Amino acid sequence: MPSLNLLGQALLAGLFTGGLYALLGLGLSLTWGLLRLINLVNFALAFLGAYLTYQIATTLRLDPFVTLVIVVPAFFAFGVVLQLGFLRFGIHELTSLIVTFGLTVILESLIQWIWTADFRRLETPYARSTLKLGSLFVSVSGLMGFVAAAALALSTWAWLRWSYVGKAVRASAEDGAMAAAFGVDRRRVALLLSGLSAAYAAVAGLFIAMTHTLAPTQIYAWMGVVFAAVIIGRLGNALGLFTAAIAIAASEALTMAVTSPGWAPLVSFTLLIFVLLLRPEL
Amino acid sequence: MTRRRTAAALGFVAGGALLALLPALRLPAFYETFLYLVFFWVALATSWNLISGYAGYFSFGHAAFFGTGVYTTATLTSKYSVPFLATLPLAGLVAALIGAGIGVVVFRVRGVRGELFALLTLAITFVLATIVLNTPIDGGPGVFLAAVPVPPWLGSPHATLYLLSVVVALGSVAVAYGVQSSRWGTGLFAIHDDEDVGEVLGVPTYRYKILAFATSSFIAGVVGGIYALFVTYVTVPDVFSIGLAVDAIMMAALGGTRYWFGPALGAAIVSGLTQTLTGGQSAILNRVLIGAILIVVIVFLPDGVAGGLARWRRRRGEAAAPVAVTAVASPARQRPAVDTTLLRCADVRKAFRGLQALSGVTLDARAGEILGLIGPNGSGKSTLINVISGYYRADGGRITFDGREITTVEGHRIAGLGLSRTYQIPRSCRRLTVLDNVALSAMFGAPGLGREAARREARRWLAFAGLETKAAALPAQLNLHERKFLDLARALAAEPRLILLDEVLSGLTPAQMAGALALVRRIRDDGTTVVFVEHIMSAVIDLADRVVVLASGQVLAEGRPRDVMRDPTVIRAYLGRAYA
Repeated sequence: MPSLNLLGQALLAGLFTGGLYALLGLGLSLTWGLLRLINLVNFALAFLGAYLTYQIATTLRLDPFVTLVIVVPAFFAFGVVLQLGFLRFGIHELTSLIVTFGLTVILESLIQWIWTADFRRLETPYARSTLKLGSLFVSVSGLMGFVAAAALALSTWAWLRWSYVGKAVRASAEDGAMAAAFGVDRRRVALLLSGLSAAYAAVAGLFIAMTHTLAPTQIYAWMGVVFAAVIIGRLGNALGLFTAAIAIAASEALTMAVTSPGWAPLVSFTLLIFVLLLRPEL
Repeated sequence: MTRRRTAAALGFVAGGALLALLPALRLPAFYETFLYLVFFWVALATSWNLISGYAGYFSFGHAAFFGTGVYTTATLTSKYSVPFLATLPLAGLVAALIGAGIGVVVFRVRGVRGELFALLTLAITFVLATIVLNTPIDGGPGVFLAAVPVPPWLGSPHATLYLLSVVVALGSVAVAYGVQSSRWGTGLFAIHDDEDVGEVLGVPTYRYKILAFATSSFIAGVVGGIYALFVTYVTVPDVFSIGLAVDAIMMAALGGTRYWFGPALGAAIVSGLTQTLTGGQSAILNRVLIGAILIVVIVFLPDGVAGGLARWRRRRGEAAAPVAVTAVASPARQRPAVDTTLLRCADVRKAFRGLQALSGVTLDARAGEILGLIGPNGSGKSTLINVISGYYRADGGRITFDGREITTVEGHRIAGLGLSRTYQIPRSCRRLTVLDNVALSAMFGAPGLGREAARREARRWLAFAGLETKAAALPAQLNLHERKFLDLARALAAEPRLILLDEVLSGLTPAQMAGALALVRRIRDDGTTVVFVEHIMSAVIDLADRVVVLASGQVLAEGRPRDVMRDPTVIRAYLGRAYA
């Protein structure tokens, strides 16, 4: 049995990874739950965002957070254009998966063409600074990612729950024709959601760049576990996703600390299987 | 027709033999590897399609079954020195058992469909991979198989592996063809479109799904076993890779998931392209090209290349297909002796969480009568029909049909006993033609006909319901009234002894109504007992021999229509106390 300190450190690492999972999953959860489109391209976008952050921050010597000013609006526009294409060609749940996979492959190739397959690492003042919490070391960039994920998940959840636009979005998801009859502009709702999802990917990209070494094939590395978090958290439920992502990552980190790293996936996916079998109604 | 089919089968076998003899020509090894990979993907994509394309249970877990096959062969040959060829059936069997085992649990849960099934299978891949990686089956470093002997056919071990891949690929395509042209295939298509409707029509959905999943996994397992010796070094990340499943899905979707040859076509196109294009300096550009092809094909050919071909052929041949309608005659059946009880509900209860929809319903339907079931909205009429037909299971009470208890019997068995129904909001299999929707019922209902006979029978019932000109249309092309009659024709084609009609008359114009009333009477005169739910009181009075009134999930009154209508408790239930 590892020491309590080690377990605490592992748990902390798990929390931060969970924040990253949540940031990656937010866009997927929203488009899947509310637009019935499975958008894989979010994963590629997040890494494109990470590379852009890396590039802008290193060449212009900017603070990585400043890059959001450029990347977020650009990605929002990309999301809107993507949704326009989906609407134009009548893409539905199954075909969206294939089309966005195609787009992901293209974006991955683009990244590899520009930045090559070599590993890239963003050096920032945040990367090395740590806080000391009792006997635990807290990585500042990890903590910031976690806080950003919590804030985005909470505000998205609150927005969908209480604002008029949020209610229109949910009504439109539940019965599009009915919502349209009551004056909801489905098209605008869909464009807004898709734009938002892509913008979330930009934020995810920022924190991936700050905390991880970048390589094009990493795009596929987190797909499985993020999918699990999105499902366990219930589609379209931002707060549920955040909780699930944290729970999965923490349990993975603890499994790794207690047994060997190889066993980590067993926890999250066994959890997913049980959730699906016991509470399948979404 | 049959001659053409024989010719096609002969061509298939001859082509296969030709391909199999290729190694004898001593071509450079490149061609053998190239073709091996094409056949590898043909088998994988075709097997994936059996459960996912046909039945619509979209699986992301094909790599799990493939990997099971790989590691079965790897373990048996390297650790237990079992001859390679002997391990292949075992590789398939182990994969099939795991698939069937998963199916036995998963297919019981009604909510796990579509994308949820996809994620479940995704999760299963990770779980199996983790287990293999952390146990002595692999243990981490991978398994070397270079020392395992492979019998040399046609001169070399490599030719043997190539031959095996040809056999498995062609075999899987033949299986796909066989399934698609059988009752099983039609049943799987019905599951794809509307599983609940299929079950109530008599399709043994649970069994069919498990069987399809097991067959699909079996093929994947055998392909894995051959692959193990082809690469001679296997690792968990390579074998249990989501990428493998995704590739198989892409190929099947590209080719067309609704056609037996679709996945093979897609696999040949994609694996051919990737092999000719990758390598060299333009590797990145080629990946872009593959991504772009996927997008373009899905956007412009949502039913895949095979679907596009079929549409093109249909457009060319449309004018040439005459619709032969035989004279209308509903099959005469014996009129049963009146006054024997056919259906009996005793104290039937059903609750949805807190809402008690049925709180002890007791009623009889006598053979040969028309029984009207009326009651205010929310009184439990449709729930009762759903419980009787086996869609919901009653929480308590007994339902017997012709003396047999059916309270806990599965929906498709109830259908087989001679009980069929229509839906308040018509439901049909949206990708089957109107004709095939009706034929489905003749195949799986009491008549249990073969495909061709069922289609002939279906034409008669379409004519009976006045839909003979719509036989080739898809359900979505019909208006509401026609779809109600499609539901009716489908229910009748099962040749039921009891038919449950859920508001067939609502929404009809007065002229259509007269026709419909005559139709219902004819159904009864032909020997079928009718229980119908209706809100239009004039129709109830006109049609029903007897009426049962439900209110708040209980029987409020029962008797001859005119007597019941005057009953003060009934008036109160409908209109409130002031009118009673």
